[in-house]
Amino acid sequence: MTTGTPTIVLVGHGMVGQRFLEALAGRGLTATHRVVVLCEEPRPAYDRVALTSYFSGRTPEELSMTDMEFIDTHGIELYVGDPAETIDREARKVTARSGQVFEYDTLVLATGSYPFVPPVPNKDAEGCFVYRTIEDLLAIEEYAKSRASVGAVVGGGLLGLEAAGALKGLGLTSHIVEFAPRLMPVQVDEGGGAALLRTIEQMGLSVHTGVGTQEIVVGEDGAVTGMKLSDGSELATDMVVFSAGVRPRDQLARDCGLTVGERGGIAVDDHCRTVCDPHVFAIGECALASDGRVYGLVAPGYEQAETAAATIAEDEASFTGADLSTKLKLLGVDVASFGDAHGTTDDCLDVVYSDSRAGLYKKLVIGRDGTLLGGILVGDAEAYGTLKAFTGSVPPVKPESLVLPAGAGESVQLGPTALPDDAIICSCNNVTKGTIRGAVTDHRCTTVPEVKKCTKAGTTCGSCVKVLGQLVDAELEASGVEVDKGLCGCFAQTREELYEIVLALRINSYQDLLDRYGRDGARGGDGCEICKPAVASIIASLAPTIGASGYVLDGEQAALQDSNDHFLANLQKNGSYSVVPRIPGGEITPEGLITIGEIARDFGLYTKITGGQRIDMFGARVEQLPLIWARLVDAGFESGHAYGKALRTVKSCVGQTWCRYGVQDSVRMAIELELRYRGLRSPHKLKSAVSGCARECAEAQSKDFGVIATANGWNLYVAGNGGATPRHADLLAQDLSDAELVRLIDRFLMFYIRTADRLERTSTWLERIPGGLDHVREVVVEDSLGICEELESLMAAHVAHYRDEWAETINDPERLARFVSFVNAPDTPDPVVGFVPERDQIKPDLPLLTIGHRPLEGSAQR
Amino acid sequence: MTLAPETTDLKVQLQLADEWFTVCDLTRLVPGRGVAALLPDGRQAALFRDRNGNLYAIDNRDPFGGAAVLSRGLTGTHQGRPFVASPLLKQRFDLETGQCLDDETVRVATYEVRAS
Repeated sequence: MTTGTPTIVLVGHGMVGQRFLEALAGRGLTATHRVVVLCEEPRPAYDRVALTSYFSGRTPEELSMTDMEFIDTHGIELYVGDPAETIDREARKVTARSGQVFEYDTLVLATGSYPFVPPVPNKDAEGCFVYRTIEDLLAIEEYAKSRASVGAVVGGGLLGLEAAGALKGLGLTSHIVEFAPRLMPVQVDEGGGAALLRTIEQMGLSVHTGVGTQEIVVGEDGAVTGMKLSDGSELATDMVVFSAGVRPRDQLARDCGLTVGERGGIAVDDHCRTVCDPHVFAIGECALASDGRVYGLVAPGYEQAETAAATIAEDEASFTGADLSTKLKLLGVDVASFGDAHGTTDDCLDVVYSDSRAGLYKKLVIGRDGTLLGGILVGDAEAYGTLKAFTGSVPPVKPESLVLPAGAGESVQLGPTALPDDAIICSCNNVTKGTIRGAVTDHRCTTVPEVKKCTKAGTTCGSCVKVLGQLVDAELEASGVEVDKGLCGCFAQTREELYEIVLALRINSYQDLLDRYGRDGARGGDGCEICKPAVASIIASLAPTIGASGYVLDGEQAALQDSNDHFLANLQKNGSYSVVPRIPGGEITPEGLITIGEIARDFGLYTKITGGQRIDMFGARVEQLPLIWARLVDAGFESGHAYGKALRTVKSCVGQTWCRYGVQDSVRMAIELELRYRGLRSPHKLKSAVSGCARECAEAQSKDFGVIATANGWNLYVAGNGGATPRHADLLAQDLSDAELVRLIDRFLMFYIRTADRLERTSTWLERIPGGLDHVREVVVEDSLGICEELESLMAAHVAHYRDEWAETINDPERLARFVSFVNAPDTPDPVVGFVPERDQIKPDLPLLTIGHRPLEGSAQR
Repeated sequence: MTLAPETTDLKVQLQLADEWFTVCDLTRLVPGRGVAALLPDGRQAALFRDRNGNLYAIDNRDPFGGAAVLSRGLTGTHQGRPFVASPLLKQRFDLETGQCLDDETVRVATYEVRAS
């Protein structure tokens, strides 16, 4: 038969076989050779990796990887459902089950592997399945739907978890039985298994690890009724799916005398040629590679397919081993392992972060010299790409900073200094960290304003200015310049130090503080826009304790407040203001909604629902603010402090009262917390939320303090953040009673207010302070500094002295006098504040001004 | 308000062309805070008073943002010179010269101001 054209016979048409055919075609070998493919399954190659997606709706046709046009175009003879039965190497002939005989010049074995079924009694009983082919899945599906309500999977590896997930998806109560002491024993270690276990169990799957299957129990009809386990227990189940690993399918090779490994696998050399017959190749899961391993992943198989095709084409190629790095999403859980994941290198050390509650586990294997050797990530594999890139080298940043959640130790390395030079710091102006560093090193900028001017970073939205400051400091420090840690040009002290001075000496006047504790040149001056609001905030936080007025616009305090606080509203870009009444917990009556609606309509305001479950009304002119608030206060509303560095909202879900899943009354708690902390001035704004169950609909873990209900009480999470640098909150304490919760939040907030920098959110604060979360826990939970009583009494004083700023303002004509556009024309509105219609509401109408392009008439002189 | 009794009758005046334009009582100016005044030609001025009683007046419009809000900014002292920081994006302007301290190409108009 092989008269002229040489013949290549491929045994096995799986993913690797198909890739081999494509490689042959790519090298033009299909034109010069006759290519015969013998395929055992009734369908040509399909995506076995995505097999489980059949249960989520992908049809076998959609899973197919074989384009029949490709097969036809290249004249490939594909015989499906006709496996090779015998090989005669002497005569170079393959006999198929159908009886057809094919002579070959080159034989390629890509027979894959078979599911390992432990040799237990009744392993072939009715109701026992394996999980390998589409046919297996069809059989499982039919049995599950007609005869089973409980299913057990033997094997807690990759496929086992997929199989268990599939059974659950079919409506069965699912069990996983794994002989090893943990799930996915090959990919992850003990810690990773624990994190995975918790997540899998939360999905409702029962996991039995460390137990073997001893016997399949069958009923009188011969069908499965249960399993006997090695710990003596019996598990009732209607069906069993064996997914306990695979073995190389090398029987055909054994039968024809090819060398196989001790533990299976057809032995091949670097070119994927069998070691004892130059005419025979083996690729994929049936092959024992020259490095002594059988690769069970598709990527190395593909590489072998390319190697074999290249060798046949007499090109240089070799396969000497492959990277087993994998990243996958199993039942929705990220699992990744790379490099020397199990730490087999001599002298290597582990860096482990583990949070079983959150289902997180991250391990890095580091060599003695700091080289990153490998690692395991479970629950969050976000850093996989970066870490894999660094594997084999000493990373430029401490690798742990890439896997540790923000705030967990090593906080110095977690700052922006750890970012690579190409990281974008200012996304508005696309300025990288390298450019900012360059501004300091090459352009000799020594201050943030200079760097802003030089790089344009931080000149648009300003959200990166804080990071900018840290980078500039770090760069100056690195170049030996002594860095001034003072709050601003007026004070050499940090905010924390000023807080302590104000509290200890009961200083309640900014001028007094400046003149006594300011820098030499600043004493007697007017301070600056940085320290004035910062000191105003400290004074407001401590007002009842230090004998200052609790009303932020009294006396000298009025001159210190940021513009927003001064007008008790939020300044918008055209000089108008927005108004946000407090809606505690997001709970509002229909009458309340109608009142807000009527006010917005009467004043022609733009309305929008905020992220904090409130209603924001935009477009109020300064002289309208008292009129709007008179009506709001009359209807029972009070200031929402949207303008202040203060508590904003406490979001909530409806909780136990309405929700089928709720386990506590989250709305009641949210209202209680919001009313307790309203008006509390702090270094930055404070946001909070209360969720009624672990489903977390209120998103409490993205808040400065978030509360999640448990069956036993409340879990308190702290230092979460959304915004530009999202951070998941850390669990501070769990299963708290109402009183314990409130007491702990009191302490936490007061400790934050006491020690944070100006404009430092709880998330950055927690990352900055030495000791991080552990330190905060020691201070506020265990009272290691002995200050908890003081913290609580400071908060008690705040709560007792709270008064609504707007109610106080509208009842005082003198205070109302400031709410005019023009001091000399109180009835004239600012003509610059204009609006145009958009989507049935208004928007600001502001002439476009571009500095440097069009000088302003009478104002900007060049 | 912490004003000495003898200053309560004083008026704040701006110099416009040849005349002094009266804006308001001096008592309306809180040290450290500004007020806005509407001028006869429609322009707006921002008036400030520092803790030592010195008065300043500059154009009220923020040349970066376009809104007439400089009177609502916070004042301070930078290297001995008085300034106001815009409440929009915090650029600082020298109250005596109108020069922007954060962008040397930008300057706002200034006015002579007195209390009499």
